[in-house]
Amino acid sequence: MKHQTIAVVIAAVITLASVLGPMLADFSYARQERNHIAEAPSAQHWLGTDDLGRDRLARLLYGVRNSVLLAPVAALLSMLLAFLLGAVPGFAGGVWEQTAKSAIDLFLAIPWLFLLLIVRAMLPLNTSPEVSALITFAVLGAMGWAAAARMLLARARSLRQSDMIVLARATGSAGARLLRKQVLPNLRPILIAQFWVTVPLFILSEANLSMLGLGVSEPMPSLGALLRELESVLSLRADPVRFIPLLMLVLLISSLQIAVSDREVIR
Amino acid sequence: MRMPGWLRGLVLHRLPLAVATVLAGGLLSASLVRYAPGFATDERLLDARLSDESRDSIRTAASAEQDVVKYYLGSLQRALHGDLGTSRSMNRPVRELVAERSGVTLALLARALSLVWFATLLLAFLASSSSRSRWVEGPVTLLSGALLCLPAAVMALLCVLLNQPAYLALALILFPKVYRYAATLIANTREMPHVVTARAKGLSPARVFFWHILPAANRELLALAGISISLAIGAAIPVEALCSLPGLGQLAWQSALGRDLPVLITVATLIIVCVVLANSGADVLAGAKEQPA
Repeated sequence: MKHQTIAVVIAAVITLASVLGPMLADFSYARQERNHIAEAPSAQHWLGTDDLGRDRLARLLYGVRNSVLLAPVAALLSMLLAFLLGAVPGFAGGVWEQTAKSAIDLFLAIPWLFLLLIVRAMLPLNTSPEVSALITFAVLGAMGWAAAARMLLARARSLRQSDMIVLARATGSAGARLLRKQVLPNLRPILIAQFWVTVPLFILSEANLSMLGLGVSEPMPSLGALLRELESVLSLRADPVRFIPLLMLVLLISSLQIAVSDREVIR
Repeated sequence: MRMPGWLRGLVLHRLPLAVATVLAGGLLSASLVRYAPGFATDERLLDARLSDESRDSIRTAASAEQDVVKYYLGSLQRALHGDLGTSRSMNRPVRELVAERSGVTLALLARALSLVWFATLLLAFLASSSSRSRWVEGPVTLLSGALLCLPAAVMALLCVLLNQPAYLALALILFPKVYRYAATLIANTREMPHVVTARAKGLSPARVFFWHILPAANRELLALAGISISLAIGAAIPVEALCSLPGLGQLAWQSALGRDLPVLITVATLIIVCVVLANSGADVLAGAKEQPA
């Protein structure tokens, strides 16, 4: 339990720092200082500057903020789709359930990263940085519903046959009201658990996409976009500051994963 | 003669489902490319050296790809005769591209999966042997937890930086996922009554592991083996792309970036076939083991 508390505190500190940090930072993530290119850490630039003279700390704070804020939004979209495409057909039964099961199996048969790669590559790549960030996370949200939908479908099917629902139907409850009042509250634990499992997965997937040149575009930073700097590193000893985004990513993901295991233990 | 249950299940249920999944997956990939913004744009038309006839020829070829269902059915029909089309971006027959790159990907997957499963079973064996479990479980859980936090692309890049082979990067990406499930499975099997009895009778840890634990968990382990192939295929894309390995993963990445419809459909179909075969094969094998004819 102690480990989980520490993990929750670390995740909260990173989130708070990334949300509040950019407001306090002196530098913009895009501002280039041509006379301070690739500088080592100093009193003015705590983490130094990158190859274009941009403040690394400001970019790190903005990058973590983008990932930390957009990944949960994408996960929410995924959960909404999982509910609509998994729980609703599962509760409806019959041909709806069979069709949903086939669609879920099809989505799960295609490797996740390959699916993301195709879909992201098909969408415009030469957009503004803000739009590219939104597109990237929207794709993650739109494609990441299948695993959660399979669980929701199975649970909704068992709910459909439960005494509780038979009783609710007998008392005149039906349609959207039945879904809202009886089904949704019973599916909420699965939705919440899946949401917390999905957030770190989406942060990692964004990092993979960005490193393959299909994620958030320059100069907008995200954890994945910052990791692209590693491609120009020639050895592990060359420039340790370049590895700070990677350390931050590992810290964030590990604390989220430990915190998630805490949620599972509580349940 | 009566057909065994697992074979009947294979013919009546799994095979049609696998074929339907492969066909639908190919159509899905083709639709995604076809309806992507800017699909009809061909940068070759901007080449000032081209004559009007050449431009018309390019436009005619592109217009044949406008109706996605028609195009997909046509490409399926041609594929049955061995013609997989020609790559738009690489200007080479897709069959040639796939043939020369499949070997690289197969070798990568085979090496990485062998390493992952060898390490997983070895560590699971050490962990299941009570005298050494403390010294194995802690560090391995910590390592697999740390590896799970790294994106596949970073792992590939780190292997390039450290001059390590690409299959090691793939193995490190897959190991935590496979190990976590396998270790839990083996730990649960270890508590089964017949295993507890075997241990109580003083059988050696190796005999308990290979004669009692593994056979009891073989169905789930086979299913996990099938899933590990699917995971490996997905992870091979960033590994091949960043390690400059000319395999199918790199081809998938290049064709996705170049919106190369013939290559993308072939690679997508091939990947889905491999995943479906791996998953169905593992299930059928497990079914056959459980119900001998």
